[in-house]
Amino acid sequence: MAERTAEGRPPVRRRLAGWDRAVIALLVLFLVVAALTVDGFGTGRNLSFLVLDLAPILLIALPMTLVVITGEIDLSVASTLGLSSAAMGAMWQGGLPIETIIPLCLLLGLVLGAVNGLFVTVFGLPSLAVTIGTLALYRGLALVVLGDAAVAQFPSAYTDLVTGRTLGLPNLLLPLLVLAVAFAVVLHATPLGRSLFTMGAGVDAARFAGIRVARTKFWLYVLTGGISALAGVLWTLRYASARADNGAGLELAVVAAVLLGGVSIFGGRGTLWGVAAGATLLAALQNALRLADVSTEALTVVTGLLLIASVIAPNAAGAIRPALARRRSGPTPPAADPPPADPPPAGSTPPTTSASVAPSPSSARPS
Amino acid sequence: MTAPEKAAAPTGRTPDDAAASRVAVLLRARELGIVLALGALVAVTAAINPRFLSAQSVRDLALGAAILVVLAVGQTVVVITRNIDLSVGSVLGLSAFATGSLLQAAPGTPVVVALLVGTLVGGLCGLVNGALVRFGNVPALVVTLGTLYVYRGVCFFWAGGQQINADELPPAFLAFGTATVLGVPWLLLIALAVVLVAGYALRNYRSGRELYAMGSHPQAAVLAGVPVGRRLLAAFAVSGALAGLAGVLFAARFGTVDAASGTGDELDVVAAVVVGGVAVFGGSGTVYGAAIGALLLTTIGSALPVLAIDQFWQGAIVGALILAAIGTDRAVAARVAARLRRREAHHG
Amino acid sequence: MSTEQAPRLAVRAVTKSFGAVAAVREVSLDLHAGEVHALVGENGAGKSTVVKMLAGVHRPDSGTIELDGRALTLDGPAAAIAAGIAVIYQEPTLFPDLTVAENVVMGRQPRRSLRRVDRPAMNALAAGFFTRLGVAIDPDRPARGLSIADQQIVEIAKALSLDARVIVMDEPTAALSPVEVERLFAVARALRDGGAALLFISHRFEEITALCQRVTVLRDGALVSSDPIEDLTVDEMVRRMVGRPLSTLFPKRDVPAGDVLLAVRDLGRRGVFSEVSFEVRAGEIVALAGLVGAGRSEVVRAVFGVDPRDTGVVRVGGRELRAGDPRAAMAAGVALVPEDRRQQGLVLEASVARNATTTRWRSLARFGLLLGGAERRAAREWTARLQTKYADLDDPVSRLSGGNQQKVVLAKWLSTAPRVLIVDEPTRGIDVATKAEVHRLMSDLAAEGVAVLMVSSELPEVLGMADRVLVMREGRLVAEIPRERADEESVMRAATGQGAAA
Repeated sequence: MAERTAEGRPPVRRRLAGWDRAVIALLVLFLVVAALTVDGFGTGRNLSFLVLDLAPILLIALPMTLVVITGEIDLSVASTLGLSSAAMGAMWQGGLPIETIIPLCLLLGLVLGAVNGLFVTVFGLPSLAVTIGTLALYRGLALVVLGDAAVAQFPSAYTDLVTGRTLGLPNLLLPLLVLAVAFAVVLHATPLGRSLFTMGAGVDAARFAGIRVARTKFWLYVLTGGISALAGVLWTLRYASARADNGAGLELAVVAAVLLGGVSIFGGRGTLWGVAAGATLLAALQNALRLADVSTEALTVVTGLLLIASVIAPNAAGAIRPALARRRSGPTPPAADPPPADPPPAGSTPPTTSASVAPSPSSARPS
Repeated sequence: MTAPEKAAAPTGRTPDDAAASRVAVLLRARELGIVLALGALVAVTAAINPRFLSAQSVRDLALGAAILVVLAVGQTVVVITRNIDLSVGSVLGLSAFATGSLLQAAPGTPVVVALLVGTLVGGLCGLVNGALVRFGNVPALVVTLGTLYVYRGVCFFWAGGQQINADELPPAFLAFGTATVLGVPWLLLIALAVVLVAGYALRNYRSGRELYAMGSHPQAAVLAGVPVGRRLLAAFAVSGALAGLAGVLFAARFGTVDAASGTGDELDVVAAVVVGGVAVFGGSGTVYGAAIGALLLTTIGSALPVLAIDQFWQGAIVGALILAAIGTDRAVAARVAARLRRREAHHG
Repeated sequence: MSTEQAPRLAVRAVTKSFGAVAAVREVSLDLHAGEVHALVGENGAGKSTVVKMLAGVHRPDSGTIELDGRALTLDGPAAAIAAGIAVIYQEPTLFPDLTVAENVVMGRQPRRSLRRVDRPAMNALAAGFFTRLGVAIDPDRPARGLSIADQQIVEIAKALSLDARVIVMDEPTAALSPVEVERLFAVARALRDGGAALLFISHRFEEITALCQRVTVLRDGALVSSDPIEDLTVDEMVRRMVGRPLSTLFPKRDVPAGDVLLAVRDLGRRGVFSEVSFEVRAGEIVALAGLVGAGRSEVVRAVFGVDPRDTGVVRVGGRELRAGDPRAAMAAGVALVPEDRRQQGLVLEASVARNATTTRWRSLARFGLLLGGAERRAAREWTARLQTKYADLDDPVSRLSGGNQQKVVLAKWLSTAPRVLIVDEPTRGIDVATKAEVHRLMSDLAAEGVAVLMVSSELPEVLGMADRVLVMREGRLVAEIPRERADEESVMRAATGQGAAA
């Protein structure tokens, strides 16, 4: 697919830098309003719930951000979470000690991620199709492992560790923050992070600059698998229940959080803090609506609308600004297009009227 | 084509053409492959338990497949334009609930009207998707992921937790769900008609060819004067309308409709389309392939209990099938490309 | 020529701005039936913008386009097609999944009853065009896998099927071999004689003088002149394009060759090239010549490791390079300035600073951290050294002109201080002034002891710059010609494997 994507890459829309900032502002605004208007939102106890709701989405969104920035996608994350949870249940039922089970689950996640990575980088298949396949496969295997049973009675020392608080702060808060900062640093302030953006924006240019595209993407998938499995362990411990359908559908929430945070689905653009804000906004909305006794359906609608707004707003702003400028400055109408470079060959400088866009998580051919 | 594929111009082009016609053969073989897989599955299952081919069993299978086939046809129309419609499951749910509510309120409504209303509701949802993609100038994956949530949420609001049961639906409508013409269920006939009409139109009408052109090379389609905006709206409207139609079929077949109808169907549909050989990045594939893909997935579901395989294996098998399908397509394409390259290098 | 008649197509004082930049200002142009009209100018002079206005892709802010004396409103490519204006782009715009015949007549397929597409008629129609063009392409094969030359032919068949009265060719020859160019010209002349008005854009003056009757020069978006071709020498054309006289184009200095830095032995890749062996010494510039498709770019890509290789050994300074590993090649001191600047050389949407430092992020990082400051300092230093013109280091590199983009690519690679510099079509599609700068730069680097390997399709560049010319044909190295004996005839004879030069 490398051929096709490079040739037919849709117009790179100039997202207004700052959608990520808009999301952060929206998040702060929402937190303030919710704390003032929703009873019990600002309490420490509620913070605990908020963090627990946030943990799986944010955890998986961190590596997913990197994956999407390289121009790929991983839809199998929630199934990996489910399979990790199911495996945890099966092993606990089988009498293994929890200290052995958790590392094995994480290892399983790494292997599942490696399978995705193998298909995408070594066989060069489109990641959208591959991970829809493994989405079904991993969830199916979870059912095979545990059926529709639920395994409970995990040691309370572990479940309390996940759900408990220390010095008034939820136990998961600090590790989450540290991980988010670590991912932000890697993405925005290291050579590796730069090369992720480069391969997302131009896979050929990346390969010609000596960036190991296939290898990097492979390890990103492995990392995503491992973190999804970790989320599965946390999920199981939080609810003290291992089930094959744990986290079903979470992949959409994660992708929504990543896109809401301003990451371009075409790769090459986005910030980690935008994604962190996007994920937190989703979790806080969910939390506040529950407290306010608004049906969770409202959350579904709001999530969808936010997601659409996150991609349309920058484009709309881009279209409106020149129109306003034109009205102010009179006759010479500036266009939204960038000025022409070079003799633009028709294939690479798409005309302004192009409307067809692709879900284009491109894939690298192994080099 | 990242780098222009270069070759000294061959003036006698026979080797090229031979390779090219082989491409055509392989493409045809693509649909043949799924048919063979389906045939093998049916044969093995029937050999183990002949009752798998009993009239009742086949009819159940056909009824089950009909809905997925209709959805897969709509999805194919969108996917060949290099887009995707993830909202179909939610559209199905919304249409099913809308139709159910209508029939609940006005039990005298003829079935045809119910079908039209459901299709119309779906078509409107599809138009919204298309308009967002076209005028918002944003990727279909994101838009339809968003409307997946929105349509489902609207459906939940509307339903407010209530469920429409079979005893609240007019008997004529429920009868339609199982009725047959010359032994063939109505649902299957409708699905077949949808497949044939869509397949014929995509192959034999300018607008159909233009959909392929848009998916094959979007910028070239614009330069060739294809009205891409209108075609895009139409493709999404068709996908939505067929999801709406599938919603009515769903209500008729199951008789019970709640706000969660069709949840998660989008993945089954995309799976059917991919297994059916429609390229995820547009430009190639047929509704026939997608329909057979849908039939194959449904058959797997019914064959498992007959083969005494745990029902829990179904998801895993579907997943493995998707991977096998895209892997095979890739391998075939790579071999053809290598052969073309070698021939051009030698004869060019 | 019938220049006395009213023009077929008249462009009247068109202006087009993008944001604050005026790409085209008050340009007028007359295209006459039965005439090939050349449009020349440096990159960024506005040629492509004029083409896009004729194609209906851009609409002029002011001014009019008239066809046979009647004003045209081209509000989209469909309108241009309906008016009988066909545009053939430098890179063909075909649908790889559809058949050749469908590509030719997309949107205008012949129809039978019930408005259905008539496939046999469509194939016959396309076959008819190919017969007229003297080529044998199966109309029913998919367009995927066609050679560039054949794709160009399909584009021309499209123009024929439109019965186009105005045909615009935007650098159609950039990727063609001399033989293919000659075939294209034969077709163009036939169209001209059939009464069409042609607009031809090229950077190659010998093509313009061979084909065109009239030449219009653009500079900085404005019209400089429009004259019959007989009234204008090539030197005068160049002078008008750049606005000043040029010093010598090829300043190759004689440098005593040093040690062998790059040694390639028995390199091969199945179906692409085989048994390629050569050496490049310090201080040498070695050109790799041959027709497009002879496998030159593929060889240098395999040497650098971006493409795999099946056989052979590559040594740099005596040390063997791992196959398929560009990073190992970079560590050994090899740099490759690739053929396709926009896809392979640059990330167009990324900033000048990022692009200029892509190869050096690791060495610019402190304790593993790479912050903007170091990046920008390094980028500023190298872009200044190459006299690159840009507004802001944070601007996307797509805003730069072709020549300045190429300088950014060069900065990216020269900043790695290579011992072996491989350049693939280093001056393709860049303006004359920058060309000279690039040539001087290569010459200076050779003088400093860098081994330079240059792939080029421009014979004057090959002959002017190279100490030795290696010639490839059909994936094999067929000749090595020292500077003294290298001339157009000897190189072309080796490249075509025939007795005569093109």
